[in-house]
Amino acid sequence: MTDAPLLSVRDLRVTFPTRQGSFQAVRGVSFDLGRERLGVVGESGSGKSMTGRAILGLVRPPGQVTATSMTLEGQSILNLPDRQMRQIRGGRISMVMQDPKFSLNPVMTVGQQIIEAYRLHAKAPRDAARQKALEMLEAVQIRDPERVMNAYPHEVSGGMGQRIMIAMMLAPDPRILIADEPTSALDVSVRTEVLNIMDRLVRDRGMGLIFVSHDLNLVAQFCDRVLIMYAGRIVETLAARDLHKARHPYTQGLLSSLPRLEAPVDRLPVLQRQDSWRDGETLMPHADTDLPGGL
Amino acid sequence: MLNVKDLNVWFGQPPERVDAVKGAEFSVRQGESFGLVGESGSGKSTILRAIAGLIPTWSGDIAVDGKPLKADRRDRAFFKTVQMVFQDPYASLHPRHSVDAVLAETLRLQGMDNIDKRITKLLDDVGLGKGFRFRYPHQLSGGQRQRVAIARALAAEPRLLLLDEPTSALDVSVQAEILNLLADLRAEHGLTYVMVSHDLSVVGHMCDRLAVMQHGRIVEVMSVDALRRGAGEEDYTRHLIRASGGYQPA
Repeated sequence: MTDAPLLSVRDLRVTFPTRQGSFQAVRGVSFDLGRERLGVVGESGSGKSMTGRAILGLVRPPGQVTATSMTLEGQSILNLPDRQMRQIRGGRISMVMQDPKFSLNPVMTVGQQIIEAYRLHAKAPRDAARQKALEMLEAVQIRDPERVMNAYPHEVSGGMGQRIMIAMMLAPDPRILIADEPTSALDVSVRTEVLNIMDRLVRDRGMGLIFVSHDLNLVAQFCDRVLIMYAGRIVETLAARDLHKARHPYTQGLLSSLPRLEAPVDRLPVLQRQDSWRDGETLMPHADTDLPGGL
Repeated sequence: MLNVKDLNVWFGQPPERVDAVKGAEFSVRQGESFGLVGESGSGKSTILRAIAGLIPTWSGDIAVDGKPLKADRRDRAFFKTVQMVFQDPYASLHPRHSVDAVLAETLRLQGMDNIDKRITKLLDDVGLGKGFRFRYPHQLSGGQRQRVAIARALAAEPRLLLLDEPTSALDVSVQAEILNLLADLRAEHGLTYVMVSHDLSVVGHMCDRLAVMQHGRIVEVMSVDALRRGAGEEDYTRHLIRASGGYQPA
């Protein structure tokens, strides 16, 4: 990752006013994304999805997004007017959500939806857009693209729906794909297939991928680098292959609370949450020497 | 404790009839913990719901404690023996009933006395304590709600608990707490479990034996030891175990 980052985020905060005062769902998140697969892991309420939504400008009022900077290939994308944000969203940054049942339009055929999404950003004539849609469906390994083009979302399976979403999102050649729990609604045997397709497309196009998930092990196997979030902050970042060497007690606790087939235990260790995790320093891979003995 | 023989479950009328479970057979011994695994649509939850009396359209034999069940009716004695915990604690508790009301109603329906004492005991059993007694579901976290759902199932003092994906809606750290609780309760009360899950490692942790299902049929009944070794006799079982191991690059 020697080249300039695709996306750079500094001190991102998402705040919601409540009756008890303001609540920060994301509290000062900073990271750079290059041409890599970056995993964002945390439990529900950790702010991982909200981080993705804030990047895309999808936090609705009264929620407020602030940051010292948020740039896409050098251009600031922080709180852009809606019109400009719409150009970027779907065009240069795309998003795949958890459940294709809810993210596809139920009353439009698959083909119409892909064509519409593509023409919105590429300004191509209908025939060319149709051709592109067929190509994309082939790229996500749908065997009979002509038939699927004319199908409605309820006529396809969950795995196929998610592949259609990926086809639609990647058609305008975005620079970054944000995938929010893209395989959580899928069966394990379909999961590998969908991940392989996503991986190949993202890699071939030199895109950056932000992979939001609650599944630590999946992220470790699939991504290059992992951010671990807790209570709206990044508590640790590390190379995915070093996940088992995690030093933050929260990361370690998450890993050990998972039952494992190959390592049976009588009782699962239970996470003892510490208040200090909310505001401690972010642990980085090179911090070894700075913090003798670790934390 | 539970005997299932040649169980067929279907939905709808011909020509739209869907056969969700076809010729399922298994038995669960007293005190055993038995897992049902498979992918979505394999029929694992359907079996559980048919046993609990939530689906009337089935044929074959289901016997609990040696007593055969009728297709469409369950008597009081049945619900004193068998109780169920559902997947989604956000959907299975009435939003306008306090924990106290949920448990008191269940206890009254079961014809229990000493309701006040029993509620305290139940909350204690599931690790919630008195402070939670007058809370409403929206004042509880997902894990706490699932504890209430488990307390409600225990209210009847059942011997067989049907667990339908009891932790799949929960975070992993909360999942660990609930799985530990279920293990403790089984040891304390000598319960028998039938647990449905799509997560092989959860079943591996909780169960002694399991049935692997595909397309409504039981492909194979195996021990957890065999599961850990990845030693399925059928191709599908080995495929499922491999896929559950996580992501393998193509």
